[in-house]
Amino acid sequence: MTALTMVEAIRDAMARAMEEDPDVVVLGEDVGHDGGVFRATEGLVERFGEERVIDTPLSEALLAGLAVGLGAQRMRPVVEFQFDGFLYPAIDQLVNHAGRLRNRTRGRLSCPIVIRAPYGGGIRAPEHHSESPETFYAHMPGIRTVIPSTPRRAYGLMLAAIRDPDPVVFLEPKRLYRAVREEVPDDGEALPLDQCFKVRDGTDVTLVGWGASLARILEAADLLAGEGIEAGVIDVATLKPLDAGTILDAVRRSGRCVIAHEAPRSYGPAAEIAALLAGEGLFSLLAPVERVTGFDVPVPLPRLEDHYLPDAERIAAAARRLMGYR
Amino acid sequence: MQQVASFAVERTAYLNADGTCAERLPAFAGDRDELVRLYRSMVLTRTFDAKAVALQRTGRLGTFASSLGQEAVTVGIGAAMRPEDVLVPSFREQGAQILRGVTLEEIFAYWGGDERGSDFAGPREDFPICVPVGTQAAHAAGVALAFRLRREPRVAVCVMGDGATSKGDVYEAMNAAGVWRLPLVFVVNNNEWAISVPRSKQTAAKTLAQKAIAAGFEGEQVDGNDVIAVRAVMERALAMARDERQPRLIEALTYRLSDHTTADDARRYRDDKEVSERWKAEPVGRLRGFLVARDWWSKGDEEKLLADCAREVDAAAEAYLARTGQPATAMIDHVFAELPAAMEGQRAAIAALGARAGGEGR
Repeated sequence: MTALTMVEAIRDAMARAMEEDPDVVVLGEDVGHDGGVFRATEGLVERFGEERVIDTPLSEALLAGLAVGLGAQRMRPVVEFQFDGFLYPAIDQLVNHAGRLRNRTRGRLSCPIVIRAPYGGGIRAPEHHSESPETFYAHMPGIRTVIPSTPRRAYGLMLAAIRDPDPVVFLEPKRLYRAVREEVPDDGEALPLDQCFKVRDGTDVTLVGWGASLARILEAADLLAGEGIEAGVIDVATLKPLDAGTILDAVRRSGRCVIAHEAPRSYGPAAEIAALLAGEGLFSLLAPVERVTGFDVPVPLPRLEDHYLPDAERIAAAARRLMGYR
Repeated sequence: MQQVASFAVERTAYLNADGTCAERLPAFAGDRDELVRLYRSMVLTRTFDAKAVALQRTGRLGTFASSLGQEAVTVGIGAAMRPEDVLVPSFREQGAQILRGVTLEEIFAYWGGDERGSDFAGPREDFPICVPVGTQAAHAAGVALAFRLRREPRVAVCVMGDGATSKGDVYEAMNAAGVWRLPLVFVVNNNEWAISVPRSKQTAAKTLAQKAIAAGFEGEQVDGNDVIAVRAVMERALAMARDERQPRLIEALTYRLSDHTTADDARRYRDDKEVSERWKAEPVGRLRGFLVARDWWSKGDEEKLLADCAREVDAAAEAYLARTGQPATAMIDHVFAELPAAMEGQRAAIAALGARAGGEGR
């Protein structure tokens, strides 16, 4: 078994799902012989043919609506958008149709579709290529928003997303696409959606994040450990529906919580988690909830990007502040 | 300089406004029963629309979009499609829906604010009404792509209004239909008004049909107040889509005799004189004139039909009004295939609200 990058793991999951189910088709711009701009679909057209790996016209508004039509016909389209910043034209279709077709027909029609997009910053990309729009999708009823943070979780969550009977927006942290390699058995085993993953134990403070921020959080946990602060780490993975129980359990033990994300601060997902802790978690808290986030600005071009993205030092500093509360 | 491409847009029409005939008719028009079936469907649609407006005006139905004056378009579509085809409508296609087996009660229920109205017992794969203008075009492309990939001899029919043709997503769907040669027929119900914006302010294009040409397939016009013509061009287009994978756009020229919806007052922006002038070309009287001229329709037939349609519509309206409400929890039970654990608390809250109100929604 060879160790895989995240982008390879995602490709393996798509290939596995296509093997299992003839209704799974992959669509998107340049997903065919080019293999996708990040090569996530490399080799799929050679293996499954042009009727299952379909190069589309350059039509982002079409792509999501096309998936709705295919899904209503019980196919399982996996649609690639090239970048987070080009996913916005799909919002109309996602919020008006994909997220509500099942409900508005009382289950007669449904949308078993996966919308994939590389997301987030940190690769010195051009404008509109470093967005963190997860809040938009997490706010839409009827849609799951899933973000992997390791190759293995990417494989298992992608399989789960494709097999799920409802629409999933699957945001792939492009900074992690080739950052690490990990053994990923191609065993067809999905990981559960709607569940957070506890990735590190520690009862002094709980660090919560997803996607590329999770790597920064783990670096922060190492820094803190060197100072004698034991930080627990939670990978949220499915932003919505949110697994409140895992987060609450961890914070009940630690009494302190830092949430980190690249998305802008106001109304970002950290606000939702902070509200959860201020409600059901209130009497566990020893300290205020800290958010380490992007700012309420358009994501800067690469020269200022490092000041925008949460890094290990900012996360660790937030945790240290919380340790001042007893 | 050389000419590298040239195009033509044709228009099909058979019946004159007075019911006389301009051209040699298609074969089906030689069959009285077929024409009476079309006539009956148009009268039923008009009766339904009138009842729906009346129910809205008396507070027993929500906002409603009448198809008054456009019955030939919607009935022509429904009559030409096969049961296994899929209709992807906008929100003025009740005539086609009724012919495809959507019940009058279901349509009342939808406009009455009840999602169950879109859970058609009949055409299970047809799309529900689409309110965001033009967004359904991409769905039709997806449905047609599924047919193509599975090699099924079925056609998706996407209906939209004249205003929808100004939208970028409609063009994206047309472009895909052209490049993939999808079994897809677009029908533009050009009723000349997009709420208050007339066709002349919608686009500088000479026809809406020609918008297909840029997408690489044929567009044509049809007299949308001539149900024989609509059905004939629809049958031709469906056969081309089914057998030869040729998408097509049909622009049906008609006129919106009603307000946009019951929430609209068209007198704010258009002259009553224009409307009364256009009543002279309306489709129901036109086909009736043709039938009467052939001695295929009598006063007695007319009276009986009107009474039958009124009875059918009234019965459906009564059944709709007598429907029991949905439980409050119906709002959450169909959002996902299975209720996510994270939503159980919200479901309990909704159930409590429902119980407070006595169990059922209205």
